[in-house]
Amino acid sequence: MSSSAAAGNRRTHALRIAALTVIATAIALPLVIFVLGPNMPPGKDTTAGVSQVFDNTVLLVVMTPFTMFILIFILYTVLAFRVRPGDDDQRDGAPIRGHMPSQIAWLATTTAAVLFLAIFGSAELLASNGSGGGEGPKPIAKPSGSAFQVQVIGQQWEFTYRYPSYGGVETAQLVLPVGQEIEFHVTSLDAVHSFWAYELGVKADANPGVDNVAFVKVKKQGTFQIRCAELCGLWHGYMFDTGRVVSQSQFATWIAGQQKTFAGSQQYLPKYSLTYTPDPQDRAG
Amino acid sequence: MKLRRLIGFNLLTAVILGVIGFYVGWWLGTLFKGPSIDYLGDTQQNDVSLFIGYFTGVLGFLVGLGFANYPVQRMLGKPASLRAKETEGKARYFGLCTDHKVVGIQYLIGIGAFIFIGGLNAMLIRYELITPNQHAWNGNNYLTLVGLHGTMMMGMMTSGILGPFANYLVPIMIGARRMAFPRIEALTFWLLMAAGAILMTAIAFGGFPTGWTGYAPLIDQANMGVDAYIAFFAIVGLSMCLLGLNMVATVITMRAPGMTWGRLPIFVWGQFSTAILMLLAPPVLISTLLMVMLDRTAQTGFFNDQIGGSSYLYENLFWFFGHPEVYILALPGMGILLEILPVFTRKPLWGYKLAVSGLMGIALLSWLVWQHHLFMSGINADLRPFYMLSTELISLPTGFIFICALGTLWAGRIRLTSPMLFCLAWLFNFLIGGLSGVFLSDVPSDVTTHGSFFSMAHFHYTIMGALLFSFFGGIYFWLPKMTGIKLNERLAKAHFWVMFIAFNSTFGPLLVIGFLGMPRRAVTYAGYLQGANTWVSVSAFFLGGSMLIFLFNFVWSLVFVREPAGDNPWNSKSIEWQLPSPVPVHNFDRIPTFGPDPYPYGHAGSDAIPPRPAVAPTRHTQ
Repeated sequence: MSSSAAAGNRRTHALRIAALTVIATAIALPLVIFVLGPNMPPGKDTTAGVSQVFDNTVLLVVMTPFTMFILIFILYTVLAFRVRPGDDDQRDGAPIRGHMPSQIAWLATTTAAVLFLAIFGSAELLASNGSGGGEGPKPIAKPSGSAFQVQVIGQQWEFTYRYPSYGGVETAQLVLPVGQEIEFHVTSLDAVHSFWAYELGVKADANPGVDNVAFVKVKKQGTFQIRCAELCGLWHGYMFDTGRVVSQSQFATWIAGQQKTFAGSQQYLPKYSLTYTPDPQDRAG
Repeated sequence: MKLRRLIGFNLLTAVILGVIGFYVGWWLGTLFKGPSIDYLGDTQQNDVSLFIGYFTGVLGFLVGLGFANYPVQRMLGKPASLRAKETEGKARYFGLCTDHKVVGIQYLIGIGAFIFIGGLNAMLIRYELITPNQHAWNGNNYLTLVGLHGTMMMGMMTSGILGPFANYLVPIMIGARRMAFPRIEALTFWLLMAAGAILMTAIAFGGFPTGWTGYAPLIDQANMGVDAYIAFFAIVGLSMCLLGLNMVATVITMRAPGMTWGRLPIFVWGQFSTAILMLLAPPVLISTLLMVMLDRTAQTGFFNDQIGGSSYLYENLFWFFGHPEVYILALPGMGILLEILPVFTRKPLWGYKLAVSGLMGIALLSWLVWQHHLFMSGINADLRPFYMLSTELISLPTGFIFICALGTLWAGRIRLTSPMLFCLAWLFNFLIGGLSGVFLSDVPSDVTTHGSFFSMAHFHYTIMGALLFSFFGGIYFWLPKMTGIKLNERLAKAHFWVMFIAFNSTFGPLLVIGFLGMPRRAVTYAGYLQGANTWVSVSAFFLGGSMLIFLFNFVWSLVFVREPAGDNPWNSKSIEWQLPSPVPVHNFDRIPTFGPDPYPYGHAGSDAIPPRPAVAPTRHTQ
């Protein structure tokens, strides 16, 4: 085969790969946007959840063309250029050492994608609804308006909850009022835990001596699961719970009941504060 | 007398002295132990004794191997040889040997054995996770399995490619007869073996509940088993650091005439960039673990916030080491990938400079991203956009590696041998690993994926899917050179297909399971995830089974069939294949001179393999 014929052949191959990539991307993108995207976690019942589903969808959209190109390229080249049985397998391939235009094109495309992702991610993060992740004691991304405070205390091996606007009453269940901006204050009494309310789109580490803040507004009544997402010792696997989201009036009734139930033990609790300093702990498994 | 040959400085003596050293150290520790140090006071635990025991044990082990001989002889004014056992024969594999090829094979077997143990742990973990409720191991045993699996793999695989392959091949590829510091080279291997044995003793002291990350204050609070984790990682850190130092020094100073930086095979670049990280990152780990050690024995309280420390400090220090560490795991595999691709496409490497800048770019950027492990921790929230940017920037140099691999495939003459299949699988797996990483790097998206099975599956795609696949690619590719014996290609391909399919069928679903809300390291999980988890467990058993195919092939080919491989079974044009198999003790009769092209494929009129490299008059009389 003469070298110009080989080059012509290669051009055909390149065009085919480009065409296949465009076709595959054109098929995949609507599927990603309309089928996969809306079903991405953690669901759309909360403000944090909605923004995360949107984020996940955008990430998938950006990745799709790159994925398609790389997979198609590998499959195509392996099929088109492989040595078939009976071929002379000692012959060398084309001594191509690089191709500046494609290198520059690749660099430009990936840089554009990366910068877009970083800028988009930062914008989402700083927007008031990108704040389901723990932000530490001084949150930079805050929803506007006042928020209802709930403290989450991680300890080996359960979460308890205190409601400062109700005299700091401590309960073993997490119940939230619907349609209200919630401000979680997460802290720990011993090891590092992580408060993960999956359906809410909230995750914040519980560190001893640290107040870790996360925001969410729940739009729908129902239940959600809570799990500890940071290895915290022997019973880490059993540190889970189910939370409830109820209407404002149901919440008022519930919290009144809790205040009554725990009125007796309330005096033995430390005063409500953002962090606690318990005695140094003993060794445990 | 055969028995007489067992006496001397060898592995047997080393093990005996190691055990004696441990008990001597333990006894020494009991002298220190008193109420003032045992601040926890409520237990019968004696961490001081255990730590001293571990370190004196290692010392005894090294003395038994003969590491003290040279300095002692020099101090006594006697003549001493720096080199040890640079001869033929099997005995050299069981002791201190300064031949880089022997150390390479020692690493391969030693690390292989520990990786096998780590893999068995993974099987036991997956056995537990068949059902949502705890059924096989109790909580402590389960966490110990998780910790042992993670720690063993992280500790051993960091040297998984630099140990066997770089030690064996880098001196040959740069035209040297040995590494820059041959005794340090041997030391790194034996330290690693001692560390591995120490980690196994965690079981005897009650296991440890901290996983491979060992977050404080859990690590302060954990029982004595965690001391094994601390000692293991500190010693592994030392071994890594010395290995990195040796590799950097070798590549900088030992290159033969003509081997300029621009002519280094890409494999050497891959190992060199890793070695820089290995030299610089582990000191942070070692000092962190030293602080933990003091926290646990002398109540210093570096990481205990109730007595003035900070749990954030541990997380920061650990990941400041930990993130370069994960690139220590990724980079050498890229070196193997880009080295093997040209051989089986019969083309020069596409975009050599781009590939080099990719490797070095990753090495540089890996220092700037560690706080993405702490996105949910509440630390320094206003820096999150920066870490998001720096993390995502790493996909640029990683993209260089991909485009170079794709360019090398382009218009090649592709031979689908077993090493080539592993390389192609590397590309697929690392693609999935990289894309899943994007979700973790994006803070809002990370809320769900952080600390879940998604992140676990992500790093298994990048470490197992990439590093372990390139490790096996390297074994199938270079073992004929190291041993002079062919591995069975049919079994190799069977191994590949079972491993590749089972791997994806294990970790693909795990990405989804993580998205659906399953946290890592939890012994129980929500009932609706049972179907998926059972599927994953069964796939994982197949994945484990594929290792048995490899083991069978290894033993069958190397012990029973012993079909000679010839000097150049793959028709490669790289220098190591122009030498006899196995490579003779001093590599070259004369130091070779290198031409301008590390990948001389496709030169006009030279379709045949060129003769052995031209030799220059010997300049080095090493």
